[in-house]
Amino acid sequence: MRRYFARKLLTYFLTFFVAVTLDWGIPRLMPGDPIAGLLSKFQLQPSSYAVLHSSYTRAFNLGEPLWRQYLDFWRALLHGSLGTSIYAYPDPVTTVIRHAVVFTLALLLPATVLSYLAGNKVGAIAARRKLLDDTVLPFSYVLTATPYQWLALLLAFVLASVAHVFPISGGFSYSLVPTLSWAFLWSLLTHWFLPFVTLFLVGFGGWAIGMRNLIIYELDADYAHFLESLGAPRRLVRKYAYKNARLPQLTGLALSLGTIVGGAVVTEIVFNYPGIGWLVLQAINSEDFFLLQGIFLFIIVGVLLANFVVDVVYVLVDPRTRIGLQEGTR
Amino acid sequence: MSLDVQNLVVAYRTLRGDVRAVDDVSFSVADGEIMGLAGESGCGKSTLGNSLVRLDRTMRCLGGRALLDGTELPLSDWDAMDDFRFKKVSLVPQYSMSALNPTRRIGKMISEVVRSRKIRYKDVLPELERRLRLVGLPTDVLAKYPIELSGGMKQRVVMVLTTLLDPSLLVADEVTSALDVSTQRAVGGMLVELRDMGIVTSTIVITHDLSVLVQVADSVVVMYAGKLVERAPTATVVDAPRHPYTKLLIASLPEVGVRYAEHVLAGIPGHPPSLLDPPKGCRFADRCPLASAECAVEPPLVELESGHFVACWKAS
Ligand SMILES: Nc1ncnc2c1ncn2[C@@H]1O[C@H](COP(=O)(O)OP(=O)(O)O)[C@@H](O)[C@H]1O
Ligand code: SF4
Ligand SMILES: [Mg+2]
Repeated sequence: MRRYFARKLLTYFLTFFVAVTLDWGIPRLMPGDPIAGLLSKFQLQPSSYAVLHSSYTRAFNLGEPLWRQYLDFWRALLHGSLGTSIYAYPDPVTTVIRHAVVFTLALLLPATVLSYLAGNKVGAIAARRKLLDDTVLPFSYVLTATPYQWLALLLAFVLASVAHVFPISGGFSYSLVPTLSWAFLWSLLTHWFLPFVTLFLVGFGGWAIGMRNLIIYELDADYAHFLESLGAPRRLVRKYAYKNARLPQLTGLALSLGTIVGGAVVTEIVFNYPGIGWLVLQAINSEDFFLLQGIFLFIIVGVLLANFVVDVVYVLVDPRTRIGLQEGTR
Repeated sequence: MSLDVQNLVVAYRTLRGDVRAVDDVSFSVADGEIMGLAGESGCGKSTLGNSLVRLDRTMRCLGGRALLDGTELPLSDWDAMDDFRFKKVSLVPQYSMSALNPTRRIGKMISEVVRSRKIRYKDVLPELERRLRLVGLPTDVLAKYPIELSGGMKQRVVMVLTTLLDPSLLVADEVTSALDVSTQRAVGGMLVELRDMGIVTSTIVITHDLSVLVQVADSVVVMYAGKLVERAPTATVVDAPRHPYTKLLIASLPEVGVRYAEHVLAGIPGHPPSLLDPPKGCRFADRCPLASAECAVEPPLVELESGHFVACWKAS
C-alpha cells in the first residue's frame, strides 16, 4: 500500500509540474499586449506612454528571455508569490485571489455539500417509492438538464427584477462599507442567496438522479437477488444497496469539492458575484495573465488535492480496492 | 414424496408478450433424491429452479403448483414465500461467484442475514464453522471479503450458507459450470455429501453439462424449449435414452477419459426455438432427425416403463 501511494504521489507531482509549465506558457502564447491594456486605463501623452510601457515591461519581467521568465516564475512560486495583478494593479495576485476565494467557498461549499446530502437522501427514497420516483425523477432531470445560466437568469428575473425580493447582482451592497455589522452581514446573505439556490438546485437534481439510478442498479445485482432468495427482508437488501451505491457518489463528491475552488463561472457572472469564476472573466477582459495564471494554478492544486483525497477515501471505504492493494504489494 | 411439481407454467412478462420459459412441467423428487435437470442453454432450467424459490417481479406463475412435504408453496406470494426461503427451500444461484456482497465481510454478511430471519447468530455459528471445515474451508473465511476468496471457495461458502438451516429442497443452478475440472468434482461431491448427511432432503442439480449428472444425480429430467421431454433414472438416461433430443445430448458427450480439447463436441445442429412464440406440435421437430407428419401434434408425456417418462411419438 505504501508503494501505491508513493507511486500516486509521484504521478501527482509530475502532473503538477506539467500543469504549472502549461499554466506559465499558455497566456504568453496568447495575442495581445497586457501592458498596453494596463496603460490604456490611464490617459497618457504618447511620450510618457513609451517610457511607462518600457518601465512596466521591466517591472513585470516581460523583457527577459523566456527561459529566465520561466525560472523566475518557479522561484517566485516557491516563495508563494504569483506576481502583481494588472487588473487590480498594484495588488499582488495572491491578495486578489484570496478576496475572491472567500466568496466562492462561501457559495460553493454549502451548495455542494447540502445538495449532495439532500440529493442522495431524496434519490434513495425515490428508488423505492413509485409515487416519489414518478415526481422526483422528471423534476430532477429537468433540473440537471437546465443550464446554470438559464436557471440563474430565470431566478434573477423573477425574484430580483420582478418581485424585488433579492438583489440582482454583486457580493454585497456597494452603498455599504465592509464591516462586521448586521446591516453588512444581511447584505452579504441576501446577495448570496440567489446564486446559492441555483447551484443547489442543479446539484441536487444530479445527485438525486445518480443515487436513484445507482440504487436501482444495486438492487438488481446478484448479491441482492441472493439475499432475497435467502428470505432477507427488503430492509436489509436496501441497506446493502444504499451502502454500495454511496461509494461512487462519494467519489463524485470528492471530485466536485476539488473543483469548487475554481468557482462557478457562469453563475458568478450572471449574478456578478465576486468569486473566482467572476475573477476569471475580469482577468481575461483586462488581459491580466498573471492573475489568470494565479487562478489556474490555484484550480490545478485544488483538483490534484481532491483526486488524492478520492484515492485515499476509496481505499478507506471500499474493501475491494483496499484488498486489491494489499495483495498487490504483499 | 418430498417435492411434487404439477403442471407448472412460468412466463416472463415482456413488452413483446409472455415468454413461457416453463410450460406445463410435472415431476417429483423423493426424499434423499438428487435430481438432475439438463438441457441446452435457454431451455428454461434456471427459470424452473428460480421459480421454486424466488419468483421475481419479471416472472409470473400462470398455472400449476408445487407441493413440498405435502404443503403447497405460495410461489407467487413474495412475502408468504419468505417463510419457506432459506429454512425450507434454498437456491444456490447460477451466479454464485458474485452472490456475496462485495463490501461486507463474509461472516458479518451471514450474521446479518441470519439475524434478519430472527435467528440468533450465536446459535448457528458453531454449526456454520463445522460445515465450513467440512467442505475444507478454514473458518477465518468469515473474516474475509469475497474478493479474497477464489471462485471455488466462494462457491463453497455460498453452498454452506444456503444449506445452513437444513432445507428440505436445495436447487443448485450450474454450480460446477464456472469451475475447473478438479474443483467441479469436489463441488459435485459436496452435493452428494449434503444429501448423505441428511442436511438437504431433496436436491435439484441444474446443469447444461450432462457429465456432471453422471457423477451426482439419481435421476435426470431433460428439458427442451420449456417442456419436459424425458425423465428417468440416471443410468437409463445415459445407457438407454428414448427421446431423440436426449440421445443427441448423450452422443455429444465426450467419451470418458477424453479431454474436451482433443475432442470436438458433435453438438446438435440448430438452436432451440424462441419461447415468445413457440412452434406448434413437437418443439424439437425442426432439429429432429426422426420428425414426421404426426409430430405436428404435441406428443404427450407417457410412462414407457416404471419411472421412465418420454414425450415423443417415436419412443413407444
Ligand atoms: N428476464 C427475462 N425476460 C424475458 N425472457 C427471459 C428472461 N430470462 C430468461 N428468459 C428466457 O427464458 C428462457 C429460459 O431461460 P433460462 O431459464 O435462463 O434457461 P436455462 O437456465 O435453461 O439456460 C430463455 O429463452 C430466455 O431467453
Ligand atoms: S415427437 Fe417427432 S419431432 Fe418430436 S422428438 Fe419425437 S420424433 Fe422428434
Ligand atoms: Mg441457466
